[in-house]
Amino acid sequence: MKSFAAALRASLPVLLGYSTIGLAFGLVLTGAGLPWILSPLMAVSIYAGAAQFMGVGLLASGASLFDIGLLTLLMNARHAVYGLSMLERFRGSGLRKLYLIFGLTDETYGLLTTVQVPAQLAEQAGGVHSFYTWLTLLNQSYWVAGCTLGAIIGQLLPFDTTGLDFALTALFIVLLMEQIRSVRRFEPYLFAVIAAVFAFLAADSRDFLLIALLVAIGLLSLFRTRLEDKSVSSSKPDKIPGGNKL
Amino acid sequence: MTGYLTAIFLMTIITLFTRAAPFLFFAKRQVPPLLVYLQRYVPPVVMCLLVLASYKDIAFSRAPYGLPALLGGLCTALLHLWKRNVLLSIAGGTALFMVLTRLL
Repeated sequence: MKSFAAALRASLPVLLGYSTIGLAFGLVLTGAGLPWILSPLMAVSIYAGAAQFMGVGLLASGASLFDIGLLTLLMNARHAVYGLSMLERFRGSGLRKLYLIFGLTDETYGLLTTVQVPAQLAEQAGGVHSFYTWLTLLNQSYWVAGCTLGAIIGQLLPFDTTGLDFALTALFIVLLMEQIRSVRRFEPYLFAVIAAVFAFLAADSRDFLLIALLVAIGLLSLFRTRLEDKSVSSSKPDKIPGGNKL
Repeated sequence: MTGYLTAIFLMTIITLFTRAAPFLFFAKRQVPPLLVYLQRYVPPVVMCLLVLASYKDIAFSRAPYGLPALLGGLCTALLHLWKRNVLLSIAGGTALFMVLTRLL
């Protein structure tokens, strides 16, 4: 149980963030008119804050499965980046690896890559992975608790939630600013704007994101030599300072 | 309800796939250079596109001229520059948006 106690201490910063954002999620979900039980269900199964917020908007507006699948892929593609830098750390963790991979959210990744594993555990066989697993499990329990509580409150005390869905736009803005902080090149943003204008003019509103993304990836591939040439930090793995994301 | 459950199941599978992909494909193999390059620059592109997508259907030509969304977004950005507290930035911008949609 030493690893549990250490993980509990290390996870406390996430407790505040996850329980409150989860609470907001539950309120948004019930505010959108969805059955409250979907909130804990999504927290247990999907377990991805930004994608869940987006999912509520899509479910409530009756989006097609294709759109839901594509947007989830776009929204969570960044998680693939995290996995690349965890390949070594998770090696040899056996079956626990399945859960460690499932629970690799922004916050958990931020914590796993920044927290100091207690020396006692680091020496013990399997100690590090036991610590990682507790940390991941505790983080998810905070998220599930917040999402459940928010949905119950939203169900019991219905209030006018018009405009609460702007939280999703605000979340995108925050995530964009965090990207700007870590990727200090103007080209990706310029490409995104060019691609968006193209998709806005040329494509059906429904296909906007798909077309824009394809155009932007095309532009990125085209200007690869330019971007790789002057790129200073492209060889370093991404670090999330403070793990301050969803 | 079945429609909701199908969609949630799909989101679960795809989210898990994005997290598992590196372990499935590159546990024993080198990551191709193009992918290493794209994994760095695609996330900023996606975030930028998601913000633009949130604003693309707003009617800027008639009252309230998209002001709630523009000011709400600006408020989020300024709060984030100031405190860099995710919760505060989102709550502040959303609260302003909700107030403005009721007043304007």
